[in-house]
Amino acid sequence: MEPLLFVLGIPLAGGAVLALYGHRDGAMALNVAFSLGTFVAACALTAQVIAGGPQFVWEREFFIDALNVFLVTLTAFVGFTTAIFSRPYMRVERDRGRMTPPRLRLYHSMYQLFSFTMLLALMTNNMGILWVAMEAATLTTVLLVSVYRTAASLEAAWKYFILCGVGIAQALFGTVLLYMAAEKVIGADGGALLWTDLDAVKAQLDPNIITLAFAFLFIGYGTKVGLVPVHNWLPDAHAEGPTPVSAVLSGLLLNVALYAILRCKVLTDGALGTPLAGRMMIGFGLASVVAAAFLLIRQRDVKRMFAYSSIEHMGLMTFAFGLGGPIANFAGLLHMTVHSLVKSAIFFAVGHATQKAGTQLMEDIRGLIRVSPTIGWGMMLGSLAILGMPPFGVFASEFLIITTAMREQPWATPFLLVALGVAFASVFARVQPMVFGDTTLEPLAHRPAMLPVFVHLALGLLLGLYVPPYLDAWYREAARMIGG
Amino acid sequence: MSALFSQFIDLLGAVLLLLAFAMISQRRILSLIHLFTLQGATLVLATSVVGYVTQQPHLYVSAALTFVLKVVLIPVLLHRVIDRLDVRWDVETLINIPTTMLIGIVLVIFSFNMATPIAQLSPSVARGSLGIALACVLLSFLMMITRAKAVPQVIGFLAMENGLFFAATSATYGMPMVVELGIGLDVLIGVLILGVFMFQIREQFDSLDIRHLERLKED
Repeated sequence: MEPLLFVLGIPLAGGAVLALYGHRDGAMALNVAFSLGTFVAACALTAQVIAGGPQFVWEREFFIDALNVFLVTLTAFVGFTTAIFSRPYMRVERDRGRMTPPRLRLYHSMYQLFSFTMLLALMTNNMGILWVAMEAATLTTVLLVSVYRTAASLEAAWKYFILCGVGIAQALFGTVLLYMAAEKVIGADGGALLWTDLDAVKAQLDPNIITLAFAFLFIGYGTKVGLVPVHNWLPDAHAEGPTPVSAVLSGLLLNVALYAILRCKVLTDGALGTPLAGRMMIGFGLASVVAAAFLLIRQRDVKRMFAYSSIEHMGLMTFAFGLGGPIANFAGLLHMTVHSLVKSAIFFAVGHATQKAGTQLMEDIRGLIRVSPTIGWGMMLGSLAILGMPPFGVFASEFLIITTAMREQPWATPFLLVALGVAFASVFARVQPMVFGDTTLEPLAHRPAMLPVFVHLALGLLLGLYVPPYLDAWYREAARMIGG
Repeated sequence: MSALFSQFIDLLGAVLLLLAFAMISQRRILSLIHLFTLQGATLVLATSVVGYVTQQPHLYVSAALTFVLKVVLIPVLLHRVIDRLDVRWDVETLINIPTTMLIGIVLVIFSFNMATPIAQLSPSVARGSLGIALACVLLSFLMMITRAKAVPQVIGFLAMENGLFFAATSATYGMPMVVELGIGLDVLIGVLILGVFMFQIREQFDSLDIRHLERLKED
């Protein structure tokens, strides 16, 4: 049997089963079990790809190579740990009456379907199905963001739907143009939207059409990455939805959207022979880093603040992939991994902290380390990690990106350094009083799940100190594929 | 013969464009839904004609799909939503229709300019229509920006999808079938979700005016 069948089948079945099973006590454990199943299947798939190299499944409809298999594993892993975190979190929400039985049913079912759409987007070889999966991911997350049904969450979800819907419609136009260019070379039947077929003939694709197609695809998927100036949905969606959703949005969905852009960039570079795609990514990436860093200063809501930090980091990755070349691509991939791990860990800690304080306003969250040292330390270490303090992995990748930028695009270096400095100062100044400082808060009714936080941070630390040889080979292979 | 059909497709494209302009200036919600249905019907006709001329049987399937989705299912859903929300006879106050129309004309010129070099390369019978499709997409976008009510915004969103679909059929003889099915499914689910949202928004804000949805702002 193909492990891929299980990677896609388990979350899909999970969505159906949890929709039928409802809100009964086992639902939360079942959610964890399905996520664990997906993760195990993803590991089996990874082992297969490591042993046998890139492979097609089902008449070339699916394609697994070094670039997507590591994202598949990462997605399944963070999906699993987030499900563990979600258990105590949702119990508290249920006791407080914010999650009613029908909402819990919707939440669990959509959580699994959301995993399914992301994994489908990552593994499909068909650029059209990639679009369909990205749109489906938007639809499931819209329901997840609006699950509390408050005025603010409805507003956030509506904004998210309309903005991402419009954005992703541009990507569909880009896909149509791509198909038009490919049809002339490959012919109308079958393969003209398969990425591997396009990759084989990319040098013959018409440069005029591809330029326009990339512009539309970049704007479309860039909206989902949260690049400035089409980032407006991102902080609202992160702040108003349940915290496990913020964790998977930041940690996973943004990565998947960036992955879609990377696939398009490879084709565009091949067709044009000029660094146009890279230049666009450098421009938008840098703008996102700088704008997000300065918007960070003004935030008062803790989840909004970390959402802006996600925009900043996604901008940095886009910038790195825009620079291209083996080192910057390597750094971009490493940054993708550590950002996912660390940012979701932060959201786990933030989730427990906001439940404890009963508010998301940072000025009202104080003294976490007194009431529950694990949450306090998790938040402190997570923040230090995301701000790029050595020895965490973010430091390693940021260091590589900045040194490459100094060599390739020296003018960009001061902007990057200033932005990272501003982000450091504003985040650290906010987190420090939240963790230390005086408090009167009570402990939570359900013991928070702190294991995922420290597992993620430990992995982030490990990647900063030592990248295992097989992972290193893997990143190099993926970086070579992205090229540029 | 082929030239005649090619002109017919261009004519249908022109009808689509006119309908897009009509939607921009239409104030009544009910008429907007009628216009949207008409746009769907034009699209079905255009897809079938392209299918007939180019002998591509799968275009008939996609025309049938469009018919079911955009002429029957979605308009019926929209009618039920406006009935239940009791906004059937609502008239929206639109300011500056002439200015909006002028911006629309600029958008059309821009789209044609952008599409011309590419259309030259298209093997399709309907090479003029790529510009029209792009113009329809941008006009629907303009409509979404200028509207303050939830229902017209959703119709603008769907009209944008129509424009994209026209681009797919006229410039490339349709996308592969799995992709078209997937897109259709996404659109349908999207409309259902938006429909549910409208009820929730109304419950929360006592109004369908999107201007209420502006509380989440940067401090």
